[in-house]
Amino acid sequence: MRKYSLWVLTWGLIVLVLLMPPAVVVAEALKNGLAPALASLSDPDGLAAIWLTLEVTVVSVVANTIFGVLAAWVLTKYRFPGRSALLVLVELPLSISPVVSGLVWLLLFGAQGWWGPALEQAGIHIAFAVPGIMLATIFVTLPYVVRTLVPLMEQQGRDAEEAAMLAGAGFWNILWRVTLPGARVALFSGILLTTARAMGEFGAVSVVSGHIPGMTETMPLHIESLYNGYQTVAAFSMAALLAGMAMMAVLLRSAPEWLARWREKQA
Amino acid sequence: MSVQVEHLVRYAPGSTRRLLNDVSLDVPTGAFVALVGPSGAGKTTLLRAIAGLDTFEQGALLLDGQTMGSMRDRARKIGFVFQNYALFPHMTVAKNIAFGLDVLPRSERPSRSAIAARVQKLLDLMQIPDAGPSYPMRLSGGQRQRVALARALATGPKLLLLDEPFGALDPIVRRSIRTWLKALHERLGLTTILVTHDQDEAVEIADRIVVMQHGQIVQDATPEELNRNPQTAFVMEFLGEAPSFNGIVRDGLMVPDEAGLLPFPVDASVSPGAVTAMLRPYEIQVCRPDECSAQGQVVSLLAEGARNGYRHYRAQLAERSVPFCVPDCTENTVEIQASGLLDISRARLFRDGERCG
Repeated sequence: MRKYSLWVLTWGLIVLVLLMPPAVVVAEALKNGLAPALASLSDPDGLAAIWLTLEVTVVSVVANTIFGVLAAWVLTKYRFPGRSALLVLVELPLSISPVVSGLVWLLLFGAQGWWGPALEQAGIHIAFAVPGIMLATIFVTLPYVVRTLVPLMEQQGRDAEEAAMLAGAGFWNILWRVTLPGARVALFSGILLTTARAMGEFGAVSVVSGHIPGMTETMPLHIESLYNGYQTVAAFSMAALLAGMAMMAVLLRSAPEWLARWREKQA
Repeated sequence: MSVQVEHLVRYAPGSTRRLLNDVSLDVPTGAFVALVGPSGAGKTTLLRAIAGLDTFEQGALLLDGQTMGSMRDRARKIGFVFQNYALFPHMTVAKNIAFGLDVLPRSERPSRSAIAARVQKLLDLMQIPDAGPSYPMRLSGGQRQRVALARALATGPKLLLLDEPFGALDPIVRRSIRTWLKALHERLGLTTILVTHDQDEAVEIADRIVVMQHGQIVQDATPEELNRNPQTAFVMEFLGEAPSFNGIVRDGLMVPDEAGLLPFPVDASVSPGAVTAMLRPYEIQVCRPDECSAQGQVVSLLAEGARNGYRHYRAQLAERSVPFCVPDCTENTVEIQASGLLDISRARLFRDGERCG
């Protein structure tokens, strides 16, 4: 009996908290049928928002994958003074409110900021422009690859790399052939988390973007503008698309597991 | 490849504790040397220093009479087998073994078919000819061990370093892979240094044993010499069960403190004073009270059955019992009495842990 009620409670919570919101979003989007929903997505400002989101996501994922791999390597393979402080610092973007991290970028690159005027004179626009959005997103999504890689690489130890070293492999060979393939599941997982997070980032981007429709609006920002403009169907269509993209990324995370299980069955 | 270690000192990172304390070792080409000692004695540290995986603060390390500056100089000349094998889990066995050849610069790399042939030759040598396409996960511990060894041998090293290679194997596999490794060494003639904490293993497999304790080499000798002439009480005890008896040397006679033990004459070079006598259980002899001239209180003897060709007994002394054994062969019909005196005259004498007679 107790087992049964626990089961009901678990599923009740999952439906209420996890499944209801996306379901409502999709329902709202399709309120007037499929055609108006699709039409709202192909609006020029909407398309611009989708493109910008994809651009920002690709740039942040590439940047944070490279940074994450190098940082995880340094943090796990070497012992140096300040190592534990660095481990904590890497998590800073997780603990700081994204709005605050956005404000920091404004403070540095804004018209009244430290370096803003000088850059402005050189013709480089960062605040209220695409580079600012990218910087803010990179900052917010920085911890994910590092945090998924570090525990795994820590546990793997240095033996395999030392074996590779004695076999005559150089730094790049070891990184490409031994370290990364050994940590590929964690790396993949970290990249997809970064992707999902980069697509959905609102707070930091909202501060630095300036909300210029068709120019500096990413999907989350565009959704807000649409919603505030009482364009419910358009807002929820965009929201459904964004939610779908993020969910795809998260579902892909478990793909290696399925693949392994499938291979197991084949063998 | 010969290995010369000269006065090597390595400190524990960030402290003044010495992991290696003035270690000197000379391994000629083709030798099979075992480094033995309790955990924390510095065996693995020394092995890693020889491989170049760890640095050291003082001393010199010469391979074939030359100092090795960088990892690049040593790479491929040294085969190293790790305690937990350290196979690459995402590569097949064949890819694991071929790794050292695959990472060669294109100009030096053998052709694909030459690499495959070399891998197959090594698999045959390791007696696992069909393991090539499997992943390490699928192999048993003994098979993984062989793959690790094959990988270490693939680049044709001149020196083979083995760090507790049999640690994770069950006793039967352990014994068979041990004999096989010995045969392999005789066949390839490769200079080999083996780290183990198992003295039986070392005695069986190596032609020289280096006993380490507290980061220092305590004794470096052949197994026979080590058994006959242990330099310290620690070596004596480390090599196997060794009951010890305290006593006093006076007038050329060692008089044990405990009752039930016969005094015995010692070499004139042993100065009078307190000593500890140590010997192997099979070196203890029993003297029937009516046979030996000496007087003294007899001790009771308990039979504990026969194993490994010996009949085992325990002699009940006043405050403890001491094991001893006699060969269990048909010619040896000496009947152990229920009581008697113990003759420990074959003992080695130690004073303050050092050999004195």
